[in-house]
Amino acid sequence: MNTLKFITAGNVDDGKSTLIGRLLYDSDSIHTDQLGVLQKQTKQEGVEIDLSLITDGLRAEREQGITIDVAYKYFSTKKRKFIIADAPGHEQYTRNMITGASNSDLIVILVDARKGITLQTKRHASIGSLMGIKKAIIAINKIDLVEYSEFIFNDIKNAFEAIRGELAYDEIAYIPVSALVGDNIVAKSLKTPWFEGDTLLSTLEHIEVPSKENLASRFQVQWVIRPKDEENHDYRGYAGQILSGQYQIGDQVKILPSGIETSIVKIEKQQQTIEKAIAGENVVLHLADNIDISRGDSIVKSDELPITSNELKTWICWLDNAPLQIGKTYILQHRFRSVRIKIQSVDRKWDVNQWQFNDAEEVKLNDIGQISLRANQPLFFDSFEENSKSGNAILVDETTFNTVGALMFLA
Amino acid sequence: MSNSTHYLNQLEDEAIYILREAAAQFEKPALLFSGGKDSIVLVHLALKAFRPGKFPFPLVHIDTGHNFPEAIAFRDYLANKIGEKLIVASVEDSIRKYNLKETQGRFPSRNALQTYALLDIIQENEFDACIGGARRDEEKARAKERIFSVRDDFGQWDPKLQRPELWDILNGKIQKGHNVRVFPISNWTELDVWNYIKKYNVELPNLYFAHERECIVHQDKLVATSEFIQPLETDTVVVEKVRYRTVGDMTCTAAVPSEAATIQDIIDDIIQTRVSERGQTRLDDQLSEAAMEDRKKQGYF
Repeated sequence: MNTLKFITAGNVDDGKSTLIGRLLYDSDSIHTDQLGVLQKQTKQEGVEIDLSLITDGLRAEREQGITIDVAYKYFSTKKRKFIIADAPGHEQYTRNMITGASNSDLIVILVDARKGITLQTKRHASIGSLMGIKKAIIAINKIDLVEYSEFIFNDIKNAFEAIRGELAYDEIAYIPVSALVGDNIVAKSLKTPWFEGDTLLSTLEHIEVPSKENLASRFQVQWVIRPKDEENHDYRGYAGQILSGQYQIGDQVKILPSGIETSIVKIEKQQQTIEKAIAGENVVLHLADNIDISRGDSIVKSDELPITSNELKTWICWLDNAPLQIGKTYILQHRFRSVRIKIQSVDRKWDVNQWQFNDAEEVKLNDIGQISLRANQPLFFDSFEENSKSGNAILVDETTFNTVGALMFLA
Repeated sequence: MSNSTHYLNQLEDEAIYILREAAAQFEKPALLFSGGKDSIVLVHLALKAFRPGKFPFPLVHIDTGHNFPEAIAFRDYLANKIGEKLIVASVEDSIRKYNLKETQGRFPSRNALQTYALLDIIQENEFDACIGGARRDEEKARAKERIFSVRDDFGQWDPKLQRPELWDILNGKIQKGHNVRVFPISNWTELDVWNYIKKYNVELPNLYFAHERECIVHQDKLVATSEFIQPLETDTVVVEKVRYRTVGDMTCTAAVPSEAATIQDIIDDIIQTRVSERGQTRLDDQLSEAAMEDRKKQGYF
């Protein structure tokens, strides 16, 4: 049994929280004491339990009846364990939605069947795609309120297909649902006989998430283990997670930035020696030569080198209230390696409304754009499109230390 | 299916990654250790992250003075066994030092008072990060928290202004005086913790397994009699086979009737139970809907 992390996105009032509530409720994942609290809180007449109350956890959220920040919810079926990021629908809280999207394998975009594709649908679809999500489900919700119309379902599906070309999803499923009454969420609805696809839950259970095993091998040293006690006097191990690809004993590797070549003599996982490690595993690598290596250095295979450059073009999602400043120095954190950078130029901006790039000179809160930057030291990376693990970074403000931007490197 | 795609391995890999990130990014981190199952699992994960090296942080226990003696004994036993440093901060001391008023009522909780001892020990030792075993599935406010959760000089959490946390890149840069709470097992559920304990046969205090205990029946909950909680004449007192599902203060943690003698029995119990962990065992979370959020804003874990 593996895990699927997914985010639910969509406009305010499109029923995201209700949808999650429905998934949890119908899969028996809500405890009785929590149900008791929900029953007490439910104020709507004629409704036994307001399912949307399951996810809104902050006082301010309940007061306003909106979602401000991502809430994580957990449930499992016999086939899979699920981690749901319930993201805010308000444009104001887009950066919290970006946090949720960046940690998801799949995006469920809710569309109100009565309203069709809106600006916020397009914004969320753009962000999900940009943050590296490859799988999408377009849940056409409140289908009960349009008399289970196949025509409306197809109309919305076609509208989304028309804008799909600009997005990087490699698989999109369209499902007519009603979160409120439960159509096609866990059980197949009898009211949509024209719909031949799977229910939402079944789709979530079966969708395959591509593995990073077959990409170029990437490893950054996260932590150096050097006990220096008597028993382990000569122990020098480089701990970290295999970001992509695989490493095995005997591999010829190159250390970056030093450029020194050596080979892997031992791989440990939880103090056991193993022959080979693959993407996602936490291991300790031991090298043939005693070289000065520290946190943030890359260990890559000599025949699979990454791009090396201190001038980069990159996608950016801006997350700070203060706009990006050209010429200002920021800290760029490329996983375990931080360098200083200056923004050289803003090249263009993605206009969600017109669904096209426009020339731009500034990037503000929640904007998506492309910029050019220069770093004080070379970075060793791949394009985000090719490798989402070595092709991303964050921008940190030098004075507030807030995370102000999400970067996705372009080739 | 390869080993690493199993969900328990995924959770473990994520937790080890976070522990190492905390160790690398902060000058003086600490691991908050309560003697409860979640922090015992944290210690187990830290062994995997840092051995054969030493832990790059001490274990810190906030002793409320109302802890179960079994939990305290286990805390000392474990710290000694693994040979890591243990620092104990005493809530009793803070109560005297600040002349704090105890919570009133029959089953007082020192939860809110713990914050004083925690913030003091952070300041004394200049800890810039505290690693804790809180999980998002425990409670609504926790479901909202980041992995690296930044607190201001008063230890306060501002839930409306959390830092974005993108992909698995963790930003631990903070201003002087601020500190970060780090939650490596954020994405674990109660059942995941138990499945993990079973998989690696992680040693636990015997409180977690069924044993006979004298309890007061309070509403529908069983509260053990102890030096802190004496039965009144009007109380119904029973001797029952119980176990603890969570281990908090003796004054406000309820036991659950159970015959579970093994970890597998406990797992079976949990799968059948329809009540949440905190709902079944904590008398202090039910005071108000936002009890946890309010405590967290004040600097609680």
